[in-house]
Amino acid sequence: MTALLQVAGLTTCFPMSQKNVPIVDALDFEVGRGEVLALVGESGSGKSMTALSLMRLVPKPGRITAGSVRLDGQELLDLSVRSMRSVRGSGVAMIFQEPMTSLNPVIRVGEQVVEAIRLHERVSRGAALDRCRELFEQVGIPDAAERVNAYPHQLSGGLKQRVMIAMALSARPRLLIADEPTTALDVTVQAQILRLLQELQEETGMSILLITHDLGIVNELADRVAVLYAGRIVETAPRTALFKTPKHPYTQGLLRSMPALAPSGERLPEIPGMVPSPSDWPLGCRFASRCARAMDQCSQSLPEFTDQGPRHTVACYAVSQADSQSGHGWAGGTPEGL
Amino acid sequence: MGAYVIRRLSYGAVVVFGVLFLLFILFFAVTSPDDIARKALGERVPPAVVEQWKVNHGYDKPLFPAPGHWADNMLVEHYRRMLTFDFGRSDADDTPILERIRKGMGPSLALTIPLFVLSVLVAIPLSLLVAFFRETYIDRAGVILAVLAMSVSVLLYIIGAQYLVGKVLHWFPISGFDSDPRVIVRFLALPIMIGVANGLGGDIRFYRTVFLEESNTDYVRTARAKGCGEIRIMSRHVFRNSLIPLLTRIVVAIPFLFTGSLLLESFFGIPGLGAITVDAIQGNDFSVLRTMVYIGSLLFVVGQILTDLSYALVDPRVRLE
Ligand SMILES: Nc1ncnc2c1ncn2[C@@H]1O[C@H](COP(=O)(O)OP(=O)(O)OP(=O)(O)O)[C@@H](O)[C@H]1O
Ligand code: SF4
Ligand SMILES: [Mg+2]
Repeated sequence: MTALLQVAGLTTCFPMSQKNVPIVDALDFEVGRGEVLALVGESGSGKSMTALSLMRLVPKPGRITAGSVRLDGQELLDLSVRSMRSVRGSGVAMIFQEPMTSLNPVIRVGEQVVEAIRLHERVSRGAALDRCRELFEQVGIPDAAERVNAYPHQLSGGLKQRVMIAMALSARPRLLIADEPTTALDVTVQAQILRLLQELQEETGMSILLITHDLGIVNELADRVAVLYAGRIVETAPRTALFKTPKHPYTQGLLRSMPALAPSGERLPEIPGMVPSPSDWPLGCRFASRCARAMDQCSQSLPEFTDQGPRHTVACYAVSQADSQSGHGWAGGTPEGL
Repeated sequence: MGAYVIRRLSYGAVVVFGVLFLLFILFFAVTSPDDIARKALGERVPPAVVEQWKVNHGYDKPLFPAPGHWADNMLVEHYRRMLTFDFGRSDADDTPILERIRKGMGPSLALTIPLFVLSVLVAIPLSLLVAFFRETYIDRAGVILAVLAMSVSVLLYIIGAQYLVGKVLHWFPISGFDSDPRVIVRFLALPIMIGVANGLGGDIRFYRTVFLEESNTDYVRTARAKGCGEIRIMSRHVFRNSLIPLLTRIVVAIPFLFTGSLLLESFFGIPGLGAITVDAIQGNDFSVLRTMVYIGSLLFVVGQILTDLSYALVDPRVRLE
C-alpha cells in the first residue's frame, strides 16, 4: 500500500532581490497511513511554508515552482482551484501556531466550526451545530453546549487551540497538519494539547504531519522524523534511530543542545553560528558555514541522500564518505540496535 | 457603562467649549464689531447709527472679562447664549436664526442623505471588488483611477459638470432649487453625482486598504484552510471584520448630514445650511456663524458617541466603559 501523502521535489519560491529563492527546496518525504511524521527545524527553516505548500496556500508573491504532492495517489498540484478547495479541510486539515489570531474574532466559535462542517457536508445548521457540540466534547472543551456560543476572546489560548482542533477534525481529514500547535501555549496546556492530538490520532486513525522545533515533542509523539535545515531536508529517520544514531552533523548538534539528553550540569553546546538567510544560501551544503566536519566539496555542490538504515536517509558528504571508507554503510537487512 | 457616559460627556464638553472659544478668538482677531455693523448697515451710515446698532445687538461691550465687568462682556454672553440655545437673530438681516435653520434643513438633507447613501453603496462594493482582485491589473487600474479622482479639485468637477450637463447636454438646470417632489430630482441630481464622484477616490483607497489588511490576517488563512472560497471569505470573514474600521469613517459622518455641504450648496444655489454658513462667513454674520459652528461641534460629539455604540454592536470584544 502506498503512503497516504507522497511529496517529491516540492519547491516553493519567493522572489527576492531580482531572483526566485527556493524557500522550500526539493523536498521528498512521505507520511504513511496512521503515521505521525515530525518535521523539525529551527525558526525560518521553512516548516510553515512547507505546510502551506501542501495545502496550496502559499501567500503571494510566493509560488510552488516544482514537485509533486500526492494524497492517496491523487496529485494535488494538478487539481483545479475548486477541487483543491474541497480537499482542504476534508483531505488535509491544518491547525496553526497562533491560536490567538487564527479564529475570526467577530464570529462565535461554534458558528465557525458549523461553517467548516457545512462547507464539506450537506447538513442542516441544526445538525451541524449538534455535531459541533460533539466535536467540542471530543476535544475536551468543558461545557461544550454553552461554549459554542462564545466568541474567541472569551476563551483561553488552550481552549482556542482545542476549537481549532475541533474545526480541523470536523470534515474527518485523512491528514492533519499541526504547525507548532503548542508553541504559543503555557507548558501545562502544551502537554494537554499534545496528549489530545495523540488520542485523536489513535481514535480516528488519521495521519499527522507534526511541525515543531521541540525535540521533546518529537520524542513523545512522532513515528518518524524529517529534519529541515534552510529549506532542505537533511535527514529522515524513524524516531528511535534519529535519537539513537543521528547521522547528519546538524541533527547531532540539535540533539546535543537538547536539555534532557545533555549530561547534567554541563552547559548546553549550542550549534555555533547562525542559520543563513534565504537570500545568501551557499551553492553547496547550507550547513557548511556552521559544520565542524565541513570539507572543500561541501561548499561546491549539494550532497545527495544516502541510506543509513531502514527508512533512514542522510544528505551529507562526511557521512557518505565515512561509509565508503569503512564499508559500514547500511546495505539492507536489519542493523543492530533497531 | 456609567463610566463611559461620564467620560464621553466630559470629553464632549471640552470639545464644545474649546470650539466656541477658538471661534470667538479667531473671529474677532480678523473682524471688529464695527465691521459687523457696517456689513449689516452698509458703508454710508453715520457713526451714531453704527453705535446704536452695536448697543442694540450687544456688540458695545468689551470682548473679554476684566475687573469691573466679569459677567458683562461679549465672551461670557457668547457662552451664555450658545449653551442656553438662545441663538437670537441674524446680524445681517435680523431674521430669527432658528427659523432659518428650520428652513435650511430640508434642502440640506435632501442633498446630503442621498449623497451619503449613494457614496457608501458605490464605494464599498467597488472597493471589495478591487480588493478581491488584489495584485491584478484590475486592482492597479482601480488604484490609479482612485488617485486621479482624488487629485482633481472639486471645483473642477463642479464647473466641468455644470458646463457639460447644463450647457451642452441640457439635461438639468445648472443651479437652483425647488422642493416640489416632482422636480426636486432635476435640481439635486447634478450636485449629488458630483459629490459622489468627488468622494469616491478617497473612499475606495481607504476601504481597499482596510479590506486588504483584513485579507492578510490569520483567521482568513484559517478560513482558506478549511475550504472556504474566496467570495465567501470576502463577504463573510473579511467584510465583517472590516466593518469595525469602516464604521469610524461612515458613522462619524452621519451627524454632519445635518449641516449640509458648504461647496455644493453654494455652487448649486441650494438654500440649505451649508449655503447659510457660507453666506454668514461672507457677510460677517457672527451670530449665524457661531450658531452653525456650535451645532457642528455638538454633532461631532454625537458622531463620536454613535461610532462607539456601533463598535460595541459589531465587535464583540468592545465593551463601553
Ligand atoms: N511572505 C513571505 N515572503 C517572503 N519570504 C517569506 C514569507 N514568508 C516566509 N518567508 C521566508 O521563508 C522562510 C521560511 O519561513 P517559515 O515561516 O516557513 O519558517 P518556519 O520554519 O515555519 O519558522 P518558525 O519556526 O519561525 O515558524 C523564512 O526565511 C522567511 O523569511
Ligand atoms: S555536507 Fe559537509 S558541510 Fe554539510 S553537513 Fe555534511 S559535512 Fe557538514
Ligand atoms: Mg512556522
